Amino acid sequence: MAQTLYDKIWQAHDVGQRVDGNSLLYIDLQLLHEVTSPQAFEGLQLANRPLWRVDANLATPDHNVPTDGRELGLSGITDEVALTQVLTLDDNCKKFGVEQFDIQDVRQGIVHVVGPEQGATLPGMTIVCGDSHTSTHGAFAALAQGVGTSEVEHVMATQCLVQNKAKNFAVEVSGKLAPHVTAKDLVLAIIGRLGTAGATGHTIEYRGQAIRDLSMEGRMTLCNMSIEAGARAGLVAVDDTTIDYVKGRPFAPKGEVWDQAVVYWRTLISDEDAVFDSVLNIDAADIAPQVSWGTSPEMVCGIDGSVPDPEAMQDPIQAESAGHALKYMDLRPGQKITDIKVDRVFIGSCTNARIEDLRAAAAAIKGGRIADNVKEALVVPGSGLVKAQAEKEGLADIFTQAGFLWRAAGCSMCLGMNPDQLGDGEHCASTSNRNFEGRQGYGGRTHLVSPAMAAAAAVAGHFVDVREIN
Amino acid sequence: MDAFTQLDGTTAPLDRANVDTDQIIPKQYLKSIKRTGFGDYLFDAWRFLDQGTMGMTPNERQLNHEFVLNLPQYQGASILLARDNFGCGSSREHAVWALKEFGFRAVIAPSFADIFHGNCFKNGVLPIVLDAKIVEEMIAKSDGNLTLRIDLESQTVTDGERSYDFVIEPALKQKMLNGMDDIDMTLDEVELIKTFEAKHKATQPWLFRG
Repeated sequence: MAQTLYDKIWQAHDVGQRVDGNSLLYIDLQLLHEVTSPQAFEGLQLANRPLWRVDANLATPDHNVPTDGRELGLSGITDEVALTQVLTLDDNCKKFGVEQFDIQDVRQGIVHVVGPEQGATLPGMTIVCGDSHTSTHGAFAALAQGVGTSEVEHVMATQCLVQNKAKNFAVEVSGKLAPHVTAKDLVLAIIGRLGTAGATGHTIEYRGQAIRDLSMEGRMTLCNMSIEAGARAGLVAVDDTTIDYVKGRPFAPKGEVWDQAVVYWRTLISDEDAVFDSVLNIDAADIAPQVSWGTSPEMVCGIDGSVPDPEAMQDPIQAESAGHALKYMDLRPGQKITDIKVDRVFIGSCTNARIEDLRAAAAAIKGGRIADNVKEALVVPGSGLVKAQAEKEGLADIFTQAGFLWRAAGCSMCLGMNPDQLGDGEHCASTSNRNFEGRQGYGGRTHLVSPAMAAAAAVAGHFVDVREIN
Repeated sequence: MDAFTQLDGTTAPLDRANVDTDQIIPKQYLKSIKRTGFGDYLFDAWRFLDQGTMGMTPNERQLNHEFVLNLPQYQGASILLARDNFGCGSSREHAVWALKEFGFRAVIAPSFADIFHGNCFKNGVLPIVLDAKIVEEMIAKSDGNLTLRIDLESQTVTDGERSYDFVIEPALKQKMLNGMDDIDMTLDEVELIKTFEAKHKATQPWLFRG
């Protein structure tokens, strides 16, 4: 029977049905960070259980690490509670023998940037991490899912996840994205169509010419936000782009094993006659640069659009949600998106902190400076290696000369667990993934955009259409 | 894990759709390395008017008297009525820990986000999916005196007059009824896992670094 890509990866990891009828899914890689792992390590120790497979784990602190004063190492963490968490990860990794890129390591960074960068993420793998944006790694045709802390512990102890198979969802993107329209705009537009629960219970496979044309960085941005449409995992089939990216990375196989792996990876595509449970068709050419206006990633529109009127919405619950959102965001129905002023700008996160993102953002500055009404514009590279690369290419200088702050790697203002936070009531042009109430700081107002759109907004002081400044 | 067999409790209605886990437990409380101590911060930005930090107790805080969980009639409620896609967003299990510690042992909604739904079953909190119309009726009737009986064995929710059936996966039901530990259950299959692992290593050796 014809299989989807998801069916194939599932089958290759299906340990077998347990006596109670559930399936056990074998996990090849677990990524660990300081926030969702301590309770799992503790549980393991309390039950006196060993880590099932030490070499299947890789750790790095990212969520709460400060992005300045990195040269101070651990003493740069002034928040004692955060420091305890980072030290606990250090201790646990030493105790259990897990490889960690610690805060002083140039390879440290956001787990979802580090895994692919090191070649730890490989096609056909099953990957988990106690973080919902684990879906990022699906760009490599890896079945990658976010899990809660109990499941982190379960995988530590058993190398398996107890799971039922999800349904198959095809998002078919035909045509070509217009110049300056990116993977971020595409995924925001998809979420806008599907809704924040539109793909619940499904694994999405992104397909079509526009997906084939994306770089690995773009595919990671796309798969990263699958969870924002309710899907635990997103996938892109293997092609030359995938294999070229993985080749030569530190953790990737070498020599004969590499050749053997590539033969297998080439099979990681859906069969031509595979059947999907749901399908969404989108023409890439129709997509404008996107800006979110509300407090859920589905509340999004094109830069040429305006804030919608809740009273004009058919569904009463949707209208109520939009009404709440506009009140929180301090926006009025009909307001043009280009009239929204920004107080802060954040370029970073597991969605958009890779080298390609930083290049796009730097290119959108066009010799300008951040506008007077912009209090702060932060650029936070996704890893120490991305930072070094950007410095080598002269991107860091472009940012700093324009008045941006150039920081060290971490999750930073995407979720504001570290000192990088929005102030009450501030509007932020952010390249992150969630515009939930208070996500980036208490009372903060997030607008999700692409890196180029964020940089252009920093210079203009309000949202602008990057297609027009180019 | 705590078993769940039957629950008689009053309800509290949270009449919003797409309630995300950032709202259930905000990020500043995720710095704890423990599984407890989150109940005081449940729905923090909605329950309180001031900005909280870890370690603060509710009596130091400014209560938002308009928020549903602060209304006198809903004190002691153990069943939360919610709308579509409850628990979306971040995978933080802290959201379930906070709900449970606050006193909720069941959440009834027309739909749940996947990761949150799974996390509930790891902690003895029962997520029940009922038809949106029925949930809306319950929300409308939930005046603080609406008492429900949830019976997991018979998979029913009863409001005194009417009884509603709900669907639950058999394996999850057994696990909840008996309060079984997931890891123990999986380790019963240790030979199955080892056999698979040996075969997996033979076919995809590049997945094994050690």
